[in-house]
Amino acid sequence: MNSRITDRIATGVFYTIAAIMVALLLYLFYFILSNGLPQVTWDFLTSPSSSYQAGGGIRDQLFNSLYILVITMIITVPLGVCGGIYMAEYAKPGKITNFIRTCIEMLASLPSIVVGLFGLLIFVNITGWGYTIIGGALALTIFNIPVMVRVTEDAIRSVPKEQKEASLALGITRWHTIKTVLLPYAFPGILTGAILASGRVFGEAAALLYTAGLSTPTLDYGNWNPFAENSPLNIFRPAETLAVHIWSVNTQGLIPDVREVANGASAVLVIAVLLFNILARWLGSVIHKKLTAGK
Amino acid sequence: MNYTADRPMETKTEKEIAPSERKASKREVVLDVKDLSIFYGNKEAVKSANMGIEKNAVTALIGPSGCGKSTFIRSINRMNDLIPSSRAEGEIIYEGINILRDDINVVALRSEIGMVFQKPNPFPKSIYNNITHALKYNGQKNKKVLDQIVEESLRKAALWDEVKDRLHQSAMSLSGGQQQRLCIARTLAMEPQILLLDEPASALDPVSNSKIEELILQLKEDYSIVIVTHNMSQASRVSDKTAFFLNGDIVEYDDTKKIFTNPSEARTEEYISGRFG
Repeated sequence: MNSRITDRIATGVFYTIAAIMVALLLYLFYFILSNGLPQVTWDFLTSPSSSYQAGGGIRDQLFNSLYILVITMIITVPLGVCGGIYMAEYAKPGKITNFIRTCIEMLASLPSIVVGLFGLLIFVNITGWGYTIIGGALALTIFNIPVMVRVTEDAIRSVPKEQKEASLALGITRWHTIKTVLLPYAFPGILTGAILASGRVFGEAAALLYTAGLSTPTLDYGNWNPFAENSPLNIFRPAETLAVHIWSVNTQGLIPDVREVANGASAVLVIAVLLFNILARWLGSVIHKKLTAGK
Repeated sequence: MNYTADRPMETKTEKEIAPSERKASKREVVLDVKDLSIFYGNKEAVKSANMGIEKNAVTALIGPSGCGKSTFIRSINRMNDLIPSSRAEGEIIYEGINILRDDINVVALRSEIGMVFQKPNPFPKSIYNNITHALKYNGQKNKKVLDQIVEESLRKAALWDEVKDRLHQSAMSLSGGQQQRLCIARTLAMEPQILLLDEPASALDPVSNSKIEELILQLKEDYSIVIVTHNMSQASRVSDKTAFFLNGDIVEYDDTKKIFTNPSEARTEEYISGRFG
């Protein structure tokens, strides 16, 4: 076989693989959206779910998902960014750093159901909180931190060496250089990473089953006191998220319109994750352009 | 400051090559390098170098790639500290102190001994903020003072007239040569005593190149300058003293005029006449 034919075959194989991936994704979207979108009405998004009758919505689940996401990111981003800064700038190459890196990788690859059970043990039982939003957020933090650390480390390492040298050579301390030169330069990368991680958090179910629970108390959206029992902002209340809701109506739902609710909720979930991804790409490129403006 | 204005660069006679040669012997030494060896791991990049760098003079470091001249200049403001495997032996005496000591405040040292790099590396900020970056770090918040320092530094770096109307535009919009002069201005704003230039013009076009050279000649009135250059004629045009590096050794260190007209070492002559390197 001559090399031209080999080349053609290789090209053909790669094109086919790429086409399969695109087709798979498009079919998935088509399937989920064509089944789910007809269910997604304003009423569906704004009414609470019902336990026995048809016609329940996903208002609380949608809010819970977003709220847990926000709480998780508030905990994860500072910790992850600090960890990333440490790994990129302070950690000296050697056994300890390699050990830390291995730990981070292991943490990232833990199955989420295991993280959920660990969360049940620590954040639900030992603390005595019961199923809570904060417990769910902490469990999500466990497998979100490695991602943030990695993303931050990569983003900081990709800052041109010249930028760092420029700042240090002006007689500026390492910490101030990190703060005023490296982090702003790495910001688009970190932001993109954070948004992509958000997409994962938003769609996570297994880790939340045993930490944030399968129920939501009756919420009064007029009550903004974060310590009130029926306040949506209370972080010590159980909260069923959208992804968990899909799982629970499918496995133990008593409502007659299980399929419709599950399909509608899936469509909303997929659209939200899709939006996160598009937002990440768009923001990343906008900020990158702004940074390198006029070049 | 008008030092070079009425002297076109191209029409220099040999006599003018080292313009301040008469003063050469009177100048005091600002940096005394004694038995300096620098290692990367086991590799000795600079081998017990000795050199007295003079005040208010331009000292050029020449030599083929990989001869240790960049390593040498980067050890003067401890930029080699960034390379984990590097280590220095010997002494560099500045104001009576060995600046290679472990307990030296490297941050303070670098504001006394500024450095400009081969590739222009302005921050992706406005022209104004590029200069105030380090000043703000040092606690200078007074807008008037900052404005004044920005103008002074840009004037010293011969960039003011070109950018005074767009100080708040991104530094990335400047040309390469302008960016490099901005980097010099940024360093001058710190009021350093010594200016280290690591091939400052090698990435620039010929016009920008000659502007940088003019600038260097002006700056030596106020600063002591060490410049690494690959460009022989640049070294001969701007410097008072020249050191020729080869494989980590300083082969010869003398007045620029002598190095370029009558070097003592055969290897220097061979390199300068372009027979290797």
